[in-house]
Amino acid sequence: MTAVLRISGIDKRFGATVALSGASLEVQPGEVHALLGENGAGKSTLLSIVSGLERPDAGTMHVHGEPYAPRSPRDARAAGIALIHQELSLFPHLTVAENVLMGVEPRRHGLWDAESARRTTREVLAEFGHGDIDPDARLGRLPIGAQQVVEICRAIATRARVVLMDEPTSSLPRGDTERLFALIHRLSASGVAVVYISHFLEETRAVASAYTALRDGRSVGSGSLGTVTNEELIAQMVGRTVSELFPKRDRPAPSEPVLEVEGLAAPGLHQASLSLRRGEVLGIFGLMGSGRTEMVRALFGLARPRAGSVRVHGRDRALAARPSGRLADGLGYLSEDRKGEGLALPLSVADNVTLTRLSSCSSGGVLDPARQRAQAAERARELDVRLRGTGQPVRTLSGGNQQKVAFARILHQQADVLLLDEPTRGIDVASKAQLYEAVARAAAAGKAVLMVSSYLPELLGVCDRVAVMCRGRLGAARPVAEWTPESMLEAAIAG
Amino acid sequence: MSAPPTPKGASELRQRLVKAGPFLGLLAVVLFFAIASGAPERYLSANNLRVVLAQTVIVALGAIGMTLVIVGGGIDLAVGSTIALTGVLCALAIRDGWSPILAVLASVLLGGAIGLVNGLAITRLRVVPFIATLGMLGVARGTAKWLANQTTVNPPETWVNQLAVTFPPVPWMVFAPGVWIALVLAAAMAFVLRRTVFGRRVFALGSSEAAARACGIDTGRLKLAVYGTAGLLFGLAGVMQMSRLRQGDPTVAAGTELDVIAAVVIGGGSLNGGEGTVLGSMVGALVMAFLRNGSQQMGWPSYVQEILIGVIIVVAVAIDRWRHSQREDVE
Repeated sequence: MTAVLRISGIDKRFGATVALSGASLEVQPGEVHALLGENGAGKSTLLSIVSGLERPDAGTMHVHGEPYAPRSPRDARAAGIALIHQELSLFPHLTVAENVLMGVEPRRHGLWDAESARRTTREVLAEFGHGDIDPDARLGRLPIGAQQVVEICRAIATRARVVLMDEPTSSLPRGDTERLFALIHRLSASGVAVVYISHFLEETRAVASAYTALRDGRSVGSGSLGTVTNEELIAQMVGRTVSELFPKRDRPAPSEPVLEVEGLAAPGLHQASLSLRRGEVLGIFGLMGSGRTEMVRALFGLARPRAGSVRVHGRDRALAARPSGRLADGLGYLSEDRKGEGLALPLSVADNVTLTRLSSCSSGGVLDPARQRAQAAERARELDVRLRGTGQPVRTLSGGNQQKVAFARILHQQADVLLLDEPTRGIDVASKAQLYEAVARAAAAGKAVLMVSSYLPELLGVCDRVAVMCRGRLGAARPVAEWTPESMLEAAIAG
Repeated sequence: MSAPPTPKGASELRQRLVKAGPFLGLLAVVLFFAIASGAPERYLSANNLRVVLAQTVIVALGAIGMTLVIVGGGIDLAVGSTIALTGVLCALAIRDGWSPILAVLASVLLGGAIGLVNGLAITRLRVVPFIATLGMLGVARGTAKWLANQTTVNPPETWVNQLAVTFPPVPWMVFAPGVWIALVLAAAMAFVLRRTVFGRRVFALGSSEAAARACGIDTGRLKLAVYGTAGLLFGLAGVMQMSRLRQGDPTVAAGTELDVIAAVVIGGGSLNGGEGTVLGSMVGALVMAFLRNGSQQMGWPSYVQEILIGVIIVVAVAIDRWRHSQREDVE
């Protein structure tokens, strides 16, 4: 059988940074092929090269045995290769039909042939089992799951033979993830090959049959996913065995609660009560849309609570507070939206780390840059942030290092209560392990940690107690030993 | 079983009301002045309508081009300067004995060339549109003054001077030729945006540039086409400006770009790209023209007009934002 896509010895540099050196990949028709690797391993760069967004410095590519050297996404489309981005790349203002056929428009005398576009789109949607989507609907008004169907249908409409998917589930609720997997299986059943990037090994196993692991821009292993263990995969990706992803922790001694929340209600949140003690890590599990993020935002003053009471260190606090008030109360917040809300991307590492407590490195409102840099450098060392210097813009760091900077900020803030919303979303395994370590250290130092996550293993591995959120209601917190992944999922779905 | 009115039906009704928003605004402005002036028959007379339309031609032509630019996710701040420069060129060419048609053509093409230079700065030099056209605002204005020797250029009387007059040279035309030209071009641009592949790609570009590129669209060439085409329209607006003044004035039309952008925005165009209609922009241009005209008839000082127009721009966009949030609530 000829490989539908064969890539060998691809090199790519960006200035002084080596993104790829000797990357290879071979994909068979109708195969779902997982591309694994830590952040910065070169997965996205490789997909950019295959889809014509970047050009390689060296190496060869073949599609169905034919030499392939795309100079633009248009060439890639012509060769039957379609890229589906991490974030949906659609046109919210245009119709479904216009989204599906953009770039391959049916024309009549140079005009957009609306009738033929509608017909083709309806055919493609029906072929995909989604005849219920109206080709004339404005895309922005469709639910996110339907939008993803439209994006995949765009790939089908161009008769793509290889579909590249870069973390397609990172913004999807669970039900939609399962629907996406069904779509992928249908694609592969029709002979289309899918190259799939994801950080979640469990998810990868559910959808892919073969894999290629990248490390430092090089292909370090490939084969069938059926014959390899998670430990072996992680070892290939990280270059060492992560024997202990999760840190060993002593259970905290019973103590007075630091944060007590009673009957908190806010838009998207019906009712949440919890109590958090010194030295404790309390996990909150919930599916997307369950109200978990709304709860943290209401707690931190980013959404307006409707009812409830909040006590910090045993003292009643104003229910409707602003973030500045919560900071003064000793709460620290790590946003799930790292790029939008968590960090000021163009600013330096030093600025980002010290931003919530600039008083630590200023006097009379005047900053002392040397002190600021020294403090940031110390935090960066503590968390093993890889950087050239603290003056480096956060934008230029990898996702894992960015997240460490965001975490360094709440440490620098000297918050007593750490509110962490999806602290390890979209970052590599090694950075995850380091963040777990940092959370454990913070707890051992007497901080109280609230960790919201949709990633079951980390809740089970890091937390002392876990409570499950379902449809805007927070269940009772129970010791982690009393939970299993199944019971947590069940509570999250059924309440 | 009799079904209660579905929420979908209600929201469709609201959608229609919302789409009619700019028209309702225009109607409100016209009615207000018709009544407030105490002489509706004068305010609504054919003659006053001629005055208003002739005054609108320049902004309307600019707004047709600007709709294309804004739908494509861009902005052009050099409109006023382009109008001055192309108007000066037109006057100079006629003064120096060119045939009027050649002079008009040269001015329109100069506008297109200015647009292409803007497009090249944006695509090749990767300068954001705001800055690239801000630079052109200065370059074109300075060049206009240089060409005109820092004074006005007075060409001999030709038919070009009749293009944008209030009363057409031949009575059967009813309105000035420039009004008809603007109407035809508005209809043409509306068709291009709505029905051609080029038009849909411009919407795609403004809606999400990255996605457009991923769809195999050459976004660089598309932007050149957008700014170049818009430039042609700005060049024509310069000819109309020359026609109205009967001279090339290098200092004219300062700030016209803001009127043009305001027309598009009042008409429902979004500065985030991907949204806007030529019809809406034309209505937006008329709202401002009727407001100016009405204020003059009321004898209000010009600062009142300026304040009113400023308030209307912000209110129009606030209503637009409000209706967007309503839409999200419906879902």
